[in-house]
Amino acid sequence: MYTLLELLEQDCTQSPAQLAAQAGMTEAQVKDELRQLEESGAILGYQAIIDWDRVKRERVTALIEVKVVPQSLDGFDRIAERIYQYDEVESMYLMSGAFDLTVIISGRTLREVAQFVGERLAPLEGVTGTATHFILKKYKEKHLVFRRPEPQEREFVFS
Amino acid sequence: MNYDQIISQKIQNIKPSGIRKFFDILEEMTDAISLGIGEPDFVTPWHIRDAGIYSLERGHTKYTSNAGMLELRREIANYLRRRFDLEYDYTNQILVTVGGSEAIDLAIRVLVNPGDEVIIPVPSFVCYGPLTEMAGGVPVYVELTAENGFRLTPEQLKAAITPRTKALVLPFPSNPTGGIMERRDLEAIAQVLKDNDIMVISDEIYAELTYGQRHVSPANLTQLYDRTVVVNGFSKSHAMTGWRMGYVCAPQPVIAAMTKLHQFGIMSAPTTSQYAAIEAMRSGDEDIAHMREEYDSRRRYLVENLNRIGLDCFEPKGAFYVFPCIRSSGLSSDEFCERFLREEKVAVIPGTAFGPGGEGYVRACYASSMRDLTESISRLDNFLQNLRRKQGQDG
Repeated sequence: MYTLLELLEQDCTQSPAQLAAQAGMTEAQVKDELRQLEESGAILGYQAIIDWDRVKRERVTALIEVKVVPQSLDGFDRIAERIYQYDEVESMYLMSGAFDLTVIISGRTLREVAQFVGERLAPLEGVTGTATHFILKKYKEKHLVFRRPEPQEREFVFS
Repeated sequence: MNYDQIISQKIQNIKPSGIRKFFDILEEMTDAISLGIGEPDFVTPWHIRDAGIYSLERGHTKYTSNAGMLELRREIANYLRRRFDLEYDYTNQILVTVGGSEAIDLAIRVLVNPGDEVIIPVPSFVCYGPLTEMAGGVPVYVELTAENGFRLTPEQLKAAITPRTKALVLPFPSNPTGGIMERRDLEAIAQVLKDNDIMVISDEIYAELTYGQRHVSPANLTQLYDRTVVVNGFSKSHAMTGWRMGYVCAPQPVIAAMTKLHQFGIMSAPTTSQYAAIEAMRSGDEDIAHMREEYDSRRRYLVENLNRIGLDCFEPKGAFYVFPCIRSSGLSSDEFCERFLREEKVAVIPGTAFGPGGEGYVRACYASSMRDLTESISRLDNFLQNLRRKQGQDG
């Protein structure tokens, strides 16, 4: 049986009653557990995944590799915080390998993104280098494909 | 040309499925929700599709051996051992067929002599009776009831057996009821069969889709192994309906007879599909688990909500159908389905389509999106309320 979190991860627009029936819980239990999950921070939020290209809205996303001065994990956390506080930062991860932080930022234009990197990110104390990769096309995000699914032909076969 | 004279009497005597007219109405509606079709709403998992594509890229476009590729049969044997604790020799006890349907047809045709009786529990999938008639046999229908959990009881079986009985069809997990046979139910059946030579044709196409307990095959019982023909396939378990891949396992002489017929009628099952099937057998267990979990949550949702809005619903333990009782509506199954489709634009199938014993029930397939299921429930609620209102006015 799916847990509440698995059901929500698939589709968070389902009502407590729908969730309850599928998870084998009562509606009251679902509401109670949701509240706890939200309060504990296990559920960070509920968002829609949008293909902005389809609504003709200009939007540029870049993945930036950031190298910083070597330090302890705490040190990384401090630098990270100084970066992710910016609203432009969509996602951010500490990495193993050739660089330290992946910063995913989005802006309205190429210039806006470049400006952020040049004026905010690169000059930060502890940042030793950046490499900016612009995302040209999104294929898939959170298990969702950026393409309208082909209509599935279902013939009326009696089976 | 007088085709009524030309076309064989046997096929003319078989009634066409009553469902067709219903699908005709449905086809005219553009915005109807269909819970009528019995097939997974998933697309075949990518790695399985990829294996089929890759086989084409390498040019594997020829016939395979009649019984199916040895490699596939070996994988099927491994799979059956791993998943269901069934032992079959892949060299001579397994035949790869064009869907489970071909396997059922072959099984009936190699077993039935003219006049032989085949016991068929109903309501069940529609093919067993017509295929028996085409083989010159006589279908003997046994009506299962919700009170018995749509199981075949030993008493019912005993009452149906005559000296002409050749075979018993066990269609479990059941389309359309969702009923299953547990080990103790099969043991009781074995007890009834022990003093005769009646064969069991076990249609286990939904074996992977059980909720709460693993499927038990009659072939799992030592007493029944030698008389059981196990029919299975990839359509429901691996969402592969269009690939037309099935298989059948049985004692060697039965498989030899079936292979003889298969090589005249079919030659060999589609090669591309066989390559995809190898991949499904090797690495498909996780896909099954994922799809079963999906179906299970939809099943729970439907059963709870059907009961909530006032339709008694037997809790299905297998397959992907619910089979609620609609007698409280005061309508026949046919009327119910036609009016529900016309008034609320949701298609479900009348229980009568699945043979005698189906009156008073409808089948809804929950291999559909949660969105469609939720919408269907609210339309059904609406339909029932309108019905009660009208009936209140009339009364």
